[in-house]
Amino acid sequence: MNNIFFIVLMAVGVLFNIFGCIGLMRLPDVYNRLQASTKCVTLGTCSILLSLVFKFGFTEIGVKGLLAIPLLFFASTVAAHALIKGAHTFGVKLGDRCIIDEYEKEKLNKLKNPFN
Amino acid sequence: MRTILNEYLIDMDTINQFLSIALYVQIALCFFCLYRIIKGPTIPDRMVGIDIFGILVVGICVIIAVLTNRMYLIDIGIAWIILSFIGTLTLAKYLGGRRLNE
Repeated sequence: MNNIFFIVLMAVGVLFNIFGCIGLMRLPDVYNRLQASTKCVTLGTCSILLSLVFKFGFTEIGVKGLLAIPLLFFASTVAAHALIKGAHTFGVKLGDRCIIDEYEKEKLNKLKNPFN
Repeated sequence: MRTILNEYLIDMDTINQFLSIALYVQIALCFFCLYRIIKGPTIPDRMVGIDIFGILVVGICVIIAVLTNRMYLIDIGIAWIILSFIGTLTLAKYLGGRRLNE
């Protein structure tokens, strides 16, 4: 039974990684690419790490896998947020089909009246 | 029932075959990221590729560790998470137009 859970979780993780990388290749914009790939690849790798617990139990290896999950979760999301904020400051345009940019408006408002 | 499922239905050969397939798939996904790093139209595209590449390598480390029974590779994976985080934060700070010592 443990081996079945191990294989199922590993397969789910690899599947999420495939979807994330397809999104990284095919979407039209920096923001779309990062939004698709970061979420999917982070969840897939977390699933791969979680599968270690079912294979090895609560030994040294399984606990190391469990420990790596929150580390990966918070590290990759914070890095993605900083990266996309830097990209917006750098001046990358949105794609052709996007119609609204709320963050740009917010930044302009902050420039006009900074104490509001 | 549990021992039957563990011993006969899924034995070590099946697990090893499945893990080698998963390893090849992860390596192919790394080539997707390399495509984005090479071809990306702007600089942030390349950085996104580098970030995703760093997360995929952790999965490769775990799969190789289980496949070849070398468990120190999981420690290398944990260290790789932290190094990838620091590298991406540094690149993002460079993108924002600031100096690196601010």
